Amino acid sequence: MGGMSERIVVTHGLTKRYGDRLAVDRVSLTVRRGEVYGFLGPNGAGKTTTLRMLLGLVRPTGGEATVLGHPPGSPAGLARVGALVEGPGFYPYLSGRDNLRVLARYARLDDVAVAAVLELVDLTARAGDRFRSYSLGMKQRLGVAAALLGEPDLLILDEPTNGLDPAGMADMRDLIRALADRGQTVLLSSHLLGEVEQLCDRVGVISAGRLLAESTVTELRGQAGLLVRADPLATATAVAERVLGADRVSTADGALRLSAGADRAAELTRALVLADVAVTEVRPQERTLEDAFFEMTADFATEKETTP
Amino acid sequence: MIASMRAELIRLGRWPTTWVLCGTWLVLNLTFGYLFDYLSYRSDDGDGGFGPGSAGATKDALLAQLMPDSAPVTMVQGLPMFGGALVLILGALAVGSGYGWGTWKTVFTTGPRRFTALAGTLGTLGGILAGLIVVTLGLDLLASYAVATAESQPVSWPGLADTARGLGAALLISGMWLAAGVLLGTLTRGPALAVGLGLVWSLVVENLLRGVSGLLGPLEAVTDVLPGTSAGALAGALGALAQSDPGGTPGVTTVIGGTAAVLLLGAYTVAFLAVSLTLTSRRDIAS
Repeated sequence: MGGMSERIVVTHGLTKRYGDRLAVDRVSLTVRRGEVYGFLGPNGAGKTTTLRMLLGLVRPTGGEATVLGHPPGSPAGLARVGALVEGPGFYPYLSGRDNLRVLARYARLDDVAVAAVLELVDLTARAGDRFRSYSLGMKQRLGVAAALLGEPDLLILDEPTNGLDPAGMADMRDLIRALADRGQTVLLSSHLLGEVEQLCDRVGVISAGRLLAESTVTELRGQAGLLVRADPLATATAVAERVLGADRVSTADGALRLSAGADRAAELTRALVLADVAVTEVRPQERTLEDAFFEMTADFATEKETTP
Repeated sequence: MIASMRAELIRLGRWPTTWVLCGTWLVLNLTFGYLFDYLSYRSDDGDGGFGPGSAGATKDALLAQLMPDSAPVTMVQGLPMFGGALVLILGALAVGSGYGWGTWKTVFTTGPRRFTALAGTLGTLGGILAGLIVVTLGLDLLASYAVATAESQPVSWPGLADTARGLGAALLISGMWLAAGVLLGTLTRGPALAVGLGLVWSLVVENLLRGVSGLLGPLEAVTDVLPGTSAGALAGALGALAQSDPGGTPGVTTVIGGTAAVLLLGAYTVAFLAVSLTLTSRRDIAS
């Protein structure tokens, strides 16, 4: 067992092409042991296809990947991976417990393992009911239970809160958080920025099949800024540019947005007041992952338009 | 593969569809193999059933068919068409539904090689089929014993060789149709189309082709080696009356000999399973 730096998923130039459509375009990502890695991107960005390639369900057109040191889909690797990809797939006529017993037999596990994961996802009381009678949230939890069979080193969860109501989403996030607190490595795909921001240590941002960035949530958010409302705006802009430099000043929605820390607020306010500008608001502005995400995807879209 | 079979035993054993299809076959077999023929025998017109009880058979022939020593043939005669169609449905549903439910995806990410997982399904289905054939023969022997007793006929049980031949033929015929269902479920990645295509082929298309081949000579070379023809020919070789004979059973034929039928059925079964296993092992699982 290695520490947090042990890389348990590594891909190099992973590519999947369906005819003329490039679903995944040279994705290189790394997931380290013990972290919750968020694979963030809009619907259709290539997240599920990438995860399917990591599980050996889909063969890459190009590039390579190793999962826990094994090629994707090899029984030795899969024995240490648990996955819930694109919704739970179970036999509707079997109970939740029997569904897990089927999978446990495949994985050469006994019924004690089944009982343990049912307990972990809080489904023991309903384990005897047929899968088809489960609510969506219970189905998702059973999917996580199946993924947890055999205490895998890596948990791959594809949009685990998809389709859940707010309470179900909160339950699922609590469950993932609890697993992460136990040291479980999780590779989680999501199109929900808030979810990734809440749950993940590191994030890979994917759009149109390309991995645009891979970093910690804090690094992706970037530096916090200042928001200033002042009148007249033109004078305020000129003063701010003089104090901070023109490249750190922009205007939006009738306010100044400044790339500067809160430690510059007093100096700036003094300069604005001395220039007879009426200052109505100065406050630090946290940059959200959403801001960073939209900037990245907008930059990528522009880059694609300008690149022949 | 043992682990996969243990897993499949849970899911196929607890699947109502398995038992509905098996039960349907047993009821059909008893109804058309014994009940209708016996009612025909008791009435004066001698008409009914998928055995020789249909029009034209003598009452003696009808009674002979209902005796215990004919049970292996009675069991086999309904399999080329009706029994075959039912086990084809079982194979198509057992494999095709996994794509619709997303359970293949779940199983394949659990650890076993895809080949091993599907081989486990096939092994378990084969076991269920073998059990079904044995139960069918057992029920047929019981029914024929009841008829013999009711008609005060001497009870002569089938010989070991005849019984073994009947069981082997029944397994080969139903195994081929099961493999055809598995192939269709694999090709269509779903249950509905697989079952629809399989039934249209086994119940309609082959019969139409055999009808047309009488008019188009060259087509006969093809229709003589079709899966249904091979199945019917094996039943015919065991002594079941051909569809073309008075009182014959639909699907039974004598256009090719028993050995050729066995070889063709074996080849079809191996080919259907090989394509299913290869395709399952290599394809992208996108659902």
